[in-house]
Amino acid sequence: MRIEVLGMGCATCNKLYEHALEAVKLSGKKAEVIKVEDIQKIMSYGVLSTPALVVDGVVKSTGNVPRIEQIKEWIKK
Amino acid sequence: MLKYVADSLVYTLMGIKQGTMLGEALNFFLYDTMKVFLLLTVIIFVVAVIRSFFPPEKSRKLLANRREYVGNFLAACLGIVTPFCSCSAIPMFIGFVEAGLPLGVTFSFLIASPTVNEVALVMLWGLFGWRIALLYTVTGVMLAFFGGIIIGKLKLEHLVEPYVYQIKMGETAAIVPTWRERLWYAWEYTKDILGRVWLFVLIGIGVGAWIHGYVPMDFVLRYAGPHNPFAVIVAVLLGIPLYANAAGAIPIVQALVEKGLPMGTALAFMMSIVAISAPELIILRKVIKLKLIAIFVGIVALAIIVIGYLFNMLL
Repeated sequence: MRIEVLGMGCATCNKLYEHALEAVKLSGKKAEVIKVEDIQKIMSYGVLSTPALVVDGVVKSTGNVPRIEQIKEWIKK
Repeated sequence: MLKYVADSLVYTLMGIKQGTMLGEALNFFLYDTMKVFLLLTVIIFVVAVIRSFFPPEKSRKLLANRREYVGNFLAACLGIVTPFCSCSAIPMFIGFVEAGLPLGVTFSFLIASPTVNEVALVMLWGLFGWRIALLYTVTGVMLAFFGGIIIGKLKLEHLVEPYVYQIKMGETAAIVPTWRERLWYAWEYTKDILGRVWLFVLIGIGVGAWIHGYVPMDFVLRYAGPHNPFAVIVAVLLGIPLYANAAGAIPIVQALVEKGLPMGTALAFMMSIVAISAPELIILRKVIKLKLIAIFVGIVALAIIVIGYLFNMLL
């Protein structure tokens, strides 16, 4: 499983990254969490508001930091 | 109600005599603090819920392929309701350019977004009343409309970094949050903003209360009153580096207005604080050349100066 955190290095982006790491740890799933800071890559997902969370290529959230519980739900499926 | 709480706290509980300078200043401080924080909490929350219906991806679709004028007006209005944080400024700018928006329309959005913001509106409403808050909003939209049109007319597309035109945007299915999510995110946002501004608000109200109680009447009138032709220009230039302290600046401005600062000068000062911000300019430098940033700042500053003089004449 591949989890991407889109954002150009702002404070909220780092918070989302930490939430994603924590969610992976809690779910016990094998998943890699990657920070995507390249603007072309961010835009290729059709995202305008960062931070955004992408799970296996699917955009799950944009412009805010979802709860760890919420991210866990997305990873489970 | 709040007035009663402030009165009984200062005059009855603390036993300070009514009409003394200390009593006046303390009462003013307590009353304004309660009022402002109550308003801030409620309004920021409501605005955050409204904004959850206007994600930037939607605004981009609404604005795509619009021509000038209609586009500028729409962009100025959407700039108010679209959530905007400086960390999203670059993807938004590129997304708008990629959707075929004229540069001037994009700038109308970029001017309106920080200028008409909920914190400034709450502070204005709470301390100056709804009329001034409404006047500020309408003026902010006009500033964004005309500022964008002027930048559009100057044909400055070549001052956008070339790589911006290379980027192709992907498509994604719109994420529609549930009501529970909207409320939850709105509350998180409210806490975040309050956490960031509360100290500035307290300091601002404190200084304002001090001015209210201790600075002699007409003190400001002598130096920055209608007789000083340069007051508006100085106010706008002073406001430019004051970014992020809008919440703290407004209570001070209110106290100064009480001591004779003309309303137009006051409005121009507040507008220049929020409309032109150094952090946003530094971020925008990644997508536009320095020359365009300078032109942008120049036009906005000039427009605010004109607004200041205009209101000083009219109000």
